[in-house]
Amino acid sequence: MRGLFEQNQQDVSATVAGEAGLFSGVQLRHACLERNRRCLLAYLWNRLQRVREMRWEFGSVLPQDIRNCLSEHESQWFSNYNKSLATYMRSIGGHGGLDLTRDKKPPKSLYIEVRCLEDHGEFETESGDIIWLKKNSQHFLPRAQCEHLIRQGILEHILS
Amino acid sequence: MAESSASIEHVISDDSDMEHMTAAEVLAKLEEAWLNEKFAPELLECRTELVECMLDQIAEMNKNIEKAKKGDFRVTIHRIEIDRVRYVLSSYLRERLQKVEKFAEHLIEEEGKRLPDTASKLSPEELQYAIEYHKSIDAHFKQVALRHMPPNLQSVDTKDTLVKPNLDHFVFLRVNERTLDDVDIDGIETLTLDNHSQYVMRYRPIAHLLENNAVSLI
Repeated sequence: MRGLFEQNQQDVSATVAGEAGLFSGVQLRHACLERNRRCLLAYLWNRLQRVREMRWEFGSVLPQDIRNCLSEHESQWFSNYNKSLATYMRSIGGHGGLDLTRDKKPPKSLYIEVRCLEDHGEFETESGDIIWLKKNSQHFLPRAQCEHLIRQGILEHILS
Repeated sequence: MAESSASIEHVISDDSDMEHMTAAEVLAKLEEAWLNEKFAPELLECRTELVECMLDQIAEMNKNIEKAKKGDFRVTIHRIEIDRVRYVLSSYLRERLQKVEKFAEHLIEEEGKRLPDTASKLSPEELQYAIEYHKSIDAHFKQVALRHMPPNLQSVDTKDTLVKPNLDHFVFLRVNERTLDDVDIDGIETLTLDNHSQYVMRYRPIAHLLENNAVSLI
């Protein structure tokens, strides 16, 4: 882009000095510059949208392999986005806020049947029961507490 | 919600009048606001009072559940109800947040032009969020790309990046209260919308009818 710009500058100064016929060259290069800028910004914006979707999917801590793909500025943007989102969610209502990343689907029943996909160790439910999550073990648990484990891929919802 | 032991009355201020509503009515209004928000192409007016009322209700119900003895059948039913209400609330607020993010620049501009006595579409927290979001995206672009570009291209013109809601989007609607005569379509023709019937048309001509609940989107 700098190359294009410098060529343009030369032509502009020449035109200002009175030489005719270079104007279309200047316009063409300017159009190229603007198009390049637009492509770059579109690419950046799309990446940011993907990162934003990850926040809603995975929560505020991203898996390691995704973190490796983010540039430093994107990680910075992600933590800023996290902060604003957390501030907003905390400020809803008067009782300490509402976590908007839960409850993505309408609830069909209170308890759901889940199968554990990998060893996760002990898991304590809200009612105080401690459940050992071993690979391929099936459990009947309250939906609200399994949701985030399902999204992380540790539990699998059995549908049939 | 009508099965909770007492119909909990909440005071909801409606302009200058004070109106008492039962929990069931608040939930019905919230569901309507939720559906309208889902299908409208632009951000609708903020109903913070409904949100706060429902959150209070959920806290009440949680307290009641803890007091009840374990194994009581009604506890399960209340829990399911709480889950459902929480889903509607979350979905409503998520829809609004998505629209705030999409139209952030436009909304901030509108907010700046708003007269002091007209109601704002954004709650103060949403406005704060919109400003922060817009700033962070701008800063990101500047840091990563625009800094390195030739000087006359470094500022992005706002009218190029402005995303305005598409008010000509077609929507399905149902007329609620009474037959609406003289609905003005762009000054070209006037339509009569009959009571309890359903129509599909562009959003722009009927936008103002959503405010007083004369129509609802489906």
